[in-house]
Amino acid sequence: MTQKAWIPYVLVAPAVIFLGVLFILPLVQTLAMSVSDENGLSLANYTRMLGDLNFADALRNTFLLTLVAVPAQIVLALVMATMIAKIGRGRDLVLWVWVIPLAISDLAAGLAWLSILQSNGYLNSALHGLGLLDGPTPWLTQETPLALFVGIALAEIWRATAIVLVILVAGMQLIPKEYAEAAEVFGASPWQRFTRVTLPLLKPSIQSALILRTVLAFEVFAVVYALGGRNFPVLVGEAYVWQGENQNTGVAAAYAALIMLISMIATAVYIRVLRTPREQMA
Amino acid sequence: MTNLTRRSLLAAGAALAAAPTAAQAQAGDLAFLSTQLRPVEEATKMREIILRSAPVRTTYVTDEPQNLTTRMRAEAQAGRRTVSLVGALHGELQPLAAEYLDPLDDVAATLADRGIPQNLLTLGKFGTAQQRYIPWMQATYIMAAHRRALEFLPAGADINALSYEQLNAWAGAIRQRTNQRRLGFPAGPRGLMARFFQGYLYPSFTGGVVRSFRAPEAVGAWEAMKAMWANASPASTTYNFMQEPLAAGEVWIAFDHVARLLDALRGAPNDFVTFPAPAGPMGRGYMPVIAGLGIARGAPNRAGAVSVIEYLSRPATQLRLAAETGFFPVVRAELPADLPPAVRLAANAIAATQNARDARVSLLPVGLGDKGGEFNKVYMDTFQRIVLRNENIRTVLDAEANALRTVMNATGAPCWSPDAPSDGACPVA
Repeated sequence: MTQKAWIPYVLVAPAVIFLGVLFILPLVQTLAMSVSDENGLSLANYTRMLGDLNFADALRNTFLLTLVAVPAQIVLALVMATMIAKIGRGRDLVLWVWVIPLAISDLAAGLAWLSILQSNGYLNSALHGLGLLDGPTPWLTQETPLALFVGIALAEIWRATAIVLVILVAGMQLIPKEYAEAAEVFGASPWQRFTRVTLPLLKPSIQSALILRTVLAFEVFAVVYALGGRNFPVLVGEAYVWQGENQNTGVAAAYAALIMLISMIATAVYIRVLRTPREQMA
Repeated sequence: MTNLTRRSLLAAGAALAAAPTAAQAQAGDLAFLSTQLRPVEEATKMREIILRSAPVRTTYVTDEPQNLTTRMRAEAQAGRRTVSLVGALHGELQPLAAEYLDPLDDVAATLADRGIPQNLLTLGKFGTAQQRYIPWMQATYIMAAHRRALEFLPAGADINALSYEQLNAWAGAIRQRTNQRRLGFPAGPRGLMARFFQGYLYPSFTGGVVRSFRAPEAVGAWEAMKAMWANASPASTTYNFMQEPLAAGEVWIAFDHVARLLDALRGAPNDFVTFPAPAGPMGRGYMPVIAGLGIARGAPNRAGAVSVIEYLSRPATQLRLAAETGFFPVVRAELPADLPPAVRLAANAIAATQNARDARVSLLPVGLGDKGGEFNKVYMDTFQRIVLRNENIRTVLDAEANALRTVMNATGAPCWSPDAPSDGACPVA
């Protein structure tokens, strides 16, 4: 059997080479770009980034959006996944409808919410029809930062809950029904069954969903761009502006390196905090 | 139908896919890369109407401005060039001039009798001795207003000779009497607000752009801007093209590039009036926008590119372009009497701007290389801090003047009109 030990490595090699060339190489190049300027190695790009007018806002906005949206999405997805597990007929239809936001692009989702939230959009038309508003009321301007934040958070939650839902539904299907039935026999209430049986067995799925969702949340861009424009700076948006408008690739690379660092730290935290010893897996 | 096996369908599909690549390989073809006339309708007009009668078969390719430098640099580094002719704005050609554009002094000599103004040709040299682009078309920034705003115009104000105070009073009257803010600025992420500050606000109040960045008159300029912003639609920070809010009735008075107002004018030409931007204490500053044609260094078809440049510089072609887009001729050409009404509106405002007694030309930045974006950022950051964040004007001007000095010293760019000439980098007083 040992002569065949190299077979797995050979089979994995194409994917590794593909990843290496199209992912690792540009990553290394970006990092190199961020620590160099015309005269060689220097931290000028990072200094420029940290001292920029919008840096503090971008950092704060990105973290705030992640801190608000991700827990809301986890809770929402858990509720939705539990409901899906209980539905008999029509389960596939419900799941399909709930997963539709996954199929549309970020920017399309942002534009859909823009048509709802802008000053002559559907929300204002509805509120005006109900008599709650006098006329077009702006929600997305820099004079209404709270409404802008809530609007963006809502759009993000609507758009990205589907991915968490899909992971949790798959995780729930792996939990054998016997555990829940045994708990019911022993007199556990539905809430106790959920918190003592389902949730712990779902921990690996929650860990995957959290890592994926948090990393993507730190990279939020298209929805914010569509709804907020310049009014709500976020990290990737600033990288885009530095690359596209200011034509300074070095500072854009510095932003990219910062986002990567934040994502890596968050992933490490999740892996540590939510680790599941082998014995506890279903 | 039964004869169509999967194999034959696959073969037919492969042949179809191969056909365009075979067609592209014909000699005499020219690839024309342009950052202007990008929207589908305008690009279609370029392909179907303008370039159809060109002397060389031209493939018209459009791309976003920020990709132009990347693409030219990539082609040069790879040594495999596809693009021969480049059409872009002055500021977009600037980073390419030194390394990626061919000198065009021979072409400029053959076009000497077309009547291209000397100051435009000089712009095309980017401060060097060699011609790097031939001016292609020009535009400028004007203001447009819906007719229903005219009743709020202050008494005694001539709409073709407004001052910034009068514009502010006008917008203020609308705000007081309708409780809505109907003045609009293109301060969105893709809007051209930086050009408003460089070409209009600063020259009108301070008589300069760089030298007078933190002059006492600049404080007056920003105070006027703050006053106007109080009467401006708060959604202005999302407006990229003013034609959309103007046509939707969200904004009644707008400032923008003439090409970005045309759709609204075309949709309802009888509902709008156009007029020059206002004047300040130092005159009526305005910025002409020049698009130019350059030939890529090492172009696969230089001769073809030269003949297309000659074709695009004919008065008839340029007049055709003016009728279809918002860009006007640079060569000597009489505008015909049967122009579409929207273009006629734009042409009137442009003529009124250029012929105003107190007109003060503010040229596009010259010599900034690839720091053009950071130059704009200084003005936009100043706007954000003073107008949006309400910081102290003097403090912000002093702080941003340092950033401006850094950009000017890094590029070594000498002063350009309306600033007095300098030797060496343009100083920030």
